[in-house]
Amino acid sequence: MTDTVVQTRKQPSAAGTPKSVGRLPRAAVHHPWWFALPAIAVFAGFFLVPNLLNFYYPFTNWSSYHADIAFTGLDNFRTIADDGSLLRAVRTTLLYALLAAVFQNGFGLVLALLLEDDSRFNRFFRAVFFLPVLISALATGYVFQALLDQDGAVNSLLGTDIPWLGSPTWTLVIVTLIHGWKWMGLAMLIYLAGLKGIPGDMLEAARIDGAGPWRTFWSVRWPMLAPAVTFNVTTALIGSMNTFDIVQATTGGGPAASTEVFNIYMFRIFGQGLYAQASAMSLVLFLVVVAVAIPLVVGLRRREQML
Amino acid sequence: MTPLWRYGRPALVLLLAGLAVGVPLWLVAVTSAKPQAEAIEPNLDLPRHWQPAANYADAIAEGEMLRGFLNSLLVVVPSVILVLVLGAGAAWVFARRKSKLVSAAYALCISGLLLPPAVITIVMELRQLGLAGSRPGMIAVYTGMYLSTSIFFMTGFIRAIPTELEEAARVDGATPSRIFWRIVLPLLRPVIATATIMVMLYAWSDVFYAFFVLGGGDRATLPLNLYQVASAQLYLNNWHLVFAYVVVMSLPMVAVFLVGQRKIVSGITSGAVK
Repeated sequence: MTDTVVQTRKQPSAAGTPKSVGRLPRAAVHHPWWFALPAIAVFAGFFLVPNLLNFYYPFTNWSSYHADIAFTGLDNFRTIADDGSLLRAVRTTLLYALLAAVFQNGFGLVLALLLEDDSRFNRFFRAVFFLPVLISALATGYVFQALLDQDGAVNSLLGTDIPWLGSPTWTLVIVTLIHGWKWMGLAMLIYLAGLKGIPGDMLEAARIDGAGPWRTFWSVRWPMLAPAVTFNVTTALIGSMNTFDIVQATTGGGPAASTEVFNIYMFRIFGQGLYAQASAMSLVLFLVVVAVAIPLVVGLRRREQML
Repeated sequence: MTPLWRYGRPALVLLLAGLAVGVPLWLVAVTSAKPQAEAIEPNLDLPRHWQPAANYADAIAEGEMLRGFLNSLLVVVPSVILVLVLGAGAAWVFARRKSKLVSAAYALCISGLLLPPAVITIVMELRQLGLAGSRPGMIAVYTGMYLSTSIFFMTGFIRAIPTELEEAARVDGATPSRIFWRIVLPLLRPVIATATIMVMLYAWSDVFYAFFVLGGGDRATLPLNLYQVASAQLYLNNWHLVFAYVVVMSLPMVAVFLVGQRKIVSGITSGAVK
């Protein structure tokens, strides 16, 4: 990396900046832009442009009931604000993301600490705990529906009759536990890598200084895990705001819309042909994600440097 | 290490694995071998009447599984290849060149790591382009969604590779494309393995974006098929067929993981914690 810097600086500098010379700068010859252009084009065309369009269509009456698309101002936002779905979706999604991130990271960290040593036994069980990551989220949802249904396996095993997925208060917690279950294997792998990255002599020093396992964990290992925590917490929070499959397969947004996150709402409203209204919700999701992501990334990065 | 912990730890691991992973997988396995009457209220009992073959045959035939499998392959494989090749080209430029413009382009291209795809307007755009409901449309959407991930991981990886190899080839008169295909891409192999599995994992199990872009019908992918048959009357309470479907759908991913396990694990972990 430093090499390229040196090379570009070596360009004939008589005419001022290297770029203004008639000859192409060496970087442009060696690593021409057109290698990056296809990726930029596809990304811009199918990711950025839809996100830009998403700042226009929420303000129209685009739906399956109108032949034309006319500007209607804030009507769609007024509709979703007045019927309470906007606030509910924001609250449900944020709560979902928070709980899912806590469970996913908690499970992952515990598994990583349990399976830390590189024995054959541990390697096998790491693979076992990674299995849920490989099963599609939709399938995961169906499996847990069969387990937690009122006529399901858990109730028949315990001899109880609890509607696990039927409580407007607790079902969200259960669904996020399922989310945490599905992704704990990935978090575990990343924490394992973080644990492996801690220099052995640091732990040795802590041991010689008389630190027990708890003290070593909180004073040495946990701070040293900061980059892994940053990555895991960020991806878990942001990823779970985009959740759909698990919720759809277990509760479909119910009971009483208590698990209706953004994507479930969009799916439902889009199915009713109210495209602009779904798009309005999609724009709110975008803004919520940005509002959460930026302080989160900045804050966690700062924490890494302080620890 | 105390003796209690020495034996307690493996015991705890076994208990957790049994409860957290064993029970759900056991449920899937036994239910997929039961007749409908036994499966209607799912439980962990062994089937009284074993009929795995009939269930799997039913799931494959009624769930249009072969068509779904082919449809999944036809969108996932091109998406993965595009994400890798286009991503590698961009990452090479982003990692090696230094200017404000390059940094800006890089920042823009990895914004997809955090930003959610605007799924509703994607549908709008694809309709205008005449790509709605088509495989090229789906491939373009997946590629756009996952390019950020591959560019991010690959740029980090290339920055860590010394430039000497490229320079030596350049001195020998190799063109940039030759250097890219013969030197940079082969060096990227570990990160390619990781990116492949991650993108495959997401795209293979995706049902949300497939629903919006492909809809139902002839081009439905495996998970979309599963969703449709599981929500349709035909499969209502037919847990034995749903789980037979789940098993078949999950097998390719498990197989890919088992084959590439070591590379995948080291790739995921080295890329993340930097």
